[in-house]
Amino acid sequence: MSAAVEETSLGLDNRKLAMWVFLGSEFMFFGAFITAYLMYLNTTAGGPDGEIFDIVYTSVSSFVLLMSSLTMVLAHHAHEQGDMRRMRMWILATAFQGLVFVGGQAYEFTKFFKEGLVPTASPFASSFFVLTGFHGVHVTVGIIMLLGLWSYSRVGKVKASQPLKTEIIGLYWHFVDVIWVIIFVVVYLIPWG
Amino acid sequence: MSDATTADATTQAAHHDEPTVRQYVEIAGALSVLTLMEFSTYFVEFGWLHIPILLTLMAIKFGLIVGFFMHLKYDTRLYTRLMVTGLVGALTLYGIAFLAIAEVPTLMGS
Repeated sequence: MSAAVEETSLGLDNRKLAMWVFLGSEFMFFGAFITAYLMYLNTTAGGPDGEIFDIVYTSVSSFVLLMSSLTMVLAHHAHEQGDMRRMRMWILATAFQGLVFVGGQAYEFTKFFKEGLVPTASPFASSFFVLTGFHGVHVTVGIIMLLGLWSYSRVGKVKASQPLKTEIIGLYWHFVDVIWVIIFVVVYLIPWG
Repeated sequence: MSDATTADATTQAAHHDEPTVRQYVEIAGALSVLTLMEFSTYFVEFGWLHIPILLTLMAIKFGLIVGFFMHLKYDTRLYTRLMVTGLVGALTLYGIAFLAIAEVPTLMGS
């Protein structure tokens, strides 16, 4: 028997409304970290600064994350059509692209560590790692949710008649993507110096 | 029909005019082109227009993702308001922080 779903007095599904409230707070969460990064741009304490970033590498990983939003929305579309086989395929594709992004970020961090950009090196380094690290954690949580959705749909706990479940996880995933759209420009591309 | 099914069906009905697969792919294509344009600014100098161009490209990408992929263009305005509230909160924090630095430069050790 399915759990009863409460609608709000607005006639909206409370799960989707809750996700949007959460995402609204998440914009403020990342806004604080982006603000901190911009405030500490010039406090490198003689250590590495933004010159260390590999723009070509980051552009490729940004593109991968951007395309994962396409596969995510295709998964939701397939679920709405009741095509669970295709929905699972797109969900796996999305999770894979997320893994590529997180793997790329781990490699990038390792490279930075070797070149002296470690979280304790300077306020600039700390704010950079906190911002991009928290984003990476969000992507990782998204991958876990995607794989959970995939396995639940495999065993029939997520049914073809429940596309809202895919939509809600999709909202989170697109949010993670849209935050990276901002980080990519503000942190990597704008020549603040 | 379970309550969950009913609720999801209601949501589906509200989404009847969502983009088609072809349109989603076209939007992704537009996002790819915009990303390529952003990337190209690393190699081409646009002078004083450099940062406004990057911020404009970023804003267009943001709008495409939240409007079409997150369905804000088709959903109730309440969700848009919730997102805008978060954005305004973030920008307000940014403004307050920079005003504080302008007033007290020693805050940042400068």
